[in-house]
Amino acid sequence: MARSTASINRLTTARRRRWAEWIAEKAIMMTAMVAIISIILIFLFVGRKAMPVFTNERIRQTANVKEFFTRNGQSPDGKPAFVWQPISERPKYSFIPLIVGTFKATVVAMLVAAPLALLGAIYTTEYAPRRLREYIKPAIELLAGVPSVVLGFFALVVMASWIQKVFYFEMRLNAVVAGVALGLSIIPVVYTVAEDTLAAVPRALREASLALGATRAQTLLRVILPAALPGIFAGVILGFGRAIGETMIVLMASGNAAIVSWNLADSIRTMAATIAAELAEVVYGSAHYHTLFAIGALLFIVTFVINFIGDLIVSRLNARMRGGAE
Amino acid sequence: MIAAMRNLPGARRDRGPGDLTLAIASGLAVVAILAMLFLILFEIVHGGAGRISWEFLSTAPRKGGLEGGIWPAIFGTVLLVLVMTIVAAPVGVATAIYLSEYAHQGAPVTRFIRAAVANLAGVPSIVFGLFGVGFFIEAVGGEIDDAVYGGALFYGKPAIIWASLTLALLTLPVVIVATEEALKAIPVDHREGSLALGATKWQTITRVVLPQALPGILTGTILAVSRGAGEVAPILFTGVAYYLPFLPAHPTDQFMSLGYHVFVLATQSPDVNAALPNLYATALALLALTFVLNLTAIVIRARVRARLRS
Repeated sequence: MARSTASINRLTTARRRRWAEWIAEKAIMMTAMVAIISIILIFLFVGRKAMPVFTNERIRQTANVKEFFTRNGQSPDGKPAFVWQPISERPKYSFIPLIVGTFKATVVAMLVAAPLALLGAIYTTEYAPRRLREYIKPAIELLAGVPSVVLGFFALVVMASWIQKVFYFEMRLNAVVAGVALGLSIIPVVYTVAEDTLAAVPRALREASLALGATRAQTLLRVILPAALPGIFAGVILGFGRAIGETMIVLMASGNAAIVSWNLADSIRTMAATIAAELAEVVYGSAHYHTLFAIGALLFIVTFVINFIGDLIVSRLNARMRGGAE
Repeated sequence: MIAAMRNLPGARRDRGPGDLTLAIASGLAVVAILAMLFLILFEIVHGGAGRISWEFLSTAPRKGGLEGGIWPAIFGTVLLVLVMTIVAAPVGVATAIYLSEYAHQGAPVTRFIRAAVANLAGVPSIVFGLFGVGFFIEAVGGEIDDAVYGGALFYGKPAIIWASLTLALLTLPVVIVATEEALKAIPVDHREGSLALGATKWQTITRVVLPQALPGILTGTILAVSRGAGEVAPILFTGVAYYLPFLPAHPTDQFMSLGYHVFVLATQSPDVNAALPNLYATALALLALTFVLNLTAIVIRARVRARLRS
């Protein structure tokens, strides 16, 4: 009798435990949806605040798509020009100066970061002694750990003076200063992806090439790099996406002048820095307010597409490398 | 030429003339990257170390931050990342457990979650700031105020809770990626052994898998904390303040942060030269905080990897 009570007890405990486990497992599945929900919410709520530039008549009088992308004002010498001048008698909201500024900073950043990161990855996988390799990777990760506001501070206070001394720039803060600092911040991104890809190239390819009598340099240039090219490209793309959206560095080190010019010695104002600099002082619900959200939405879409392409390349490549290794 | 080199005594067959150039060029690139890292560290340590003292770390700023210390900024930063971690760590670990232990690899849902995590990691930090304003402050905070406080302004304004939640979303991918890597590194045998002994899947995960993954989870969380402590753009409009006469004590209070303090001293100060000593010292404090965290994470991970290899 006592025995059967015990076994019934055990049975109910087991059942209760199964229930608890069922709930815990369902909770975990729900939690896993947070990432998806977050992306959707970001899109919806930033987009919702940007919508009035398409839908609201009052807002559209000053801020609309035509205003954003056409010549909406005059340059100092009286010619029609793209102007970002939100605080003026007739506010001017052309995105073009901001897009040009973002593009200039990003291109300089890529010119600095891509070759250094790629060569660094080549050294790490091909030439570095094993011991040294174990130290190079964490050291570059440490660079990734430098907060962007600290990099911005360094660029603003120290690097700008060095660069001005070397190039004799008229303006102390310009596209080169912001771009170089930005480049420092994305070196780890490009390096990590490039290094992973180079290290993942199947041994068989390398050994076959060496066995045929090729030198290591020939193997690298004609066998490994072509095999790893998509991954390296993806690393550059992901770095590009990071650079476009980076805020604090450009806010501090770019000079923040919204000028349309291709001269790298001019100050620039980027999309991200414009939002950061202006949202705090803007009138809630004004055309300017919604325009800043429209810039944010544009930034979100552009980086989303760039990251999507980058990740797609990486995952395809990973699948192929695994297939090739077997 | 190559054939001739092969016959030289001591020449390595797999090295040609191009190798020296490539080895030197690529080695120089590594030297250049590390030299820049070192320069940044040296400049900030050199400029800031003299100012660091117990008084600087434990008192409030005076005269717009030109004098006095940074205690409220340290306190605010720590509280900010603490609340952030309380949210990001469990959600991140749960997501990683789902991805590694439950999800059907290759199923559409799994692919969507992975894509979302990857994209979340790539959303610009300033867009997170806009999202914090549009979602947390205006939508969620506004609703709470309407429902609970009859429309009075408590939660519908910048506050430490909204800044923390915004940062939690931003750092979520860091926790997920590190945890999933740790889970994947645990041999399948351990799971199968546990299941074969009659343990349920849940028991296997909580008693066999998770304990082994703990160092990896810790690594991810530490990296997330380091990232969160250094971010400024997402908290610009969601709760940070340049100067507050009191420490935050309630979820709706605003707060000071080290990163924002660096930004304001560097860009908004009327007399930049007078601000430099405290500016360098604040940057050093922030850099020291993130570096100690990163180094800890790197060391833990290196140990785990070494153990897995042996």
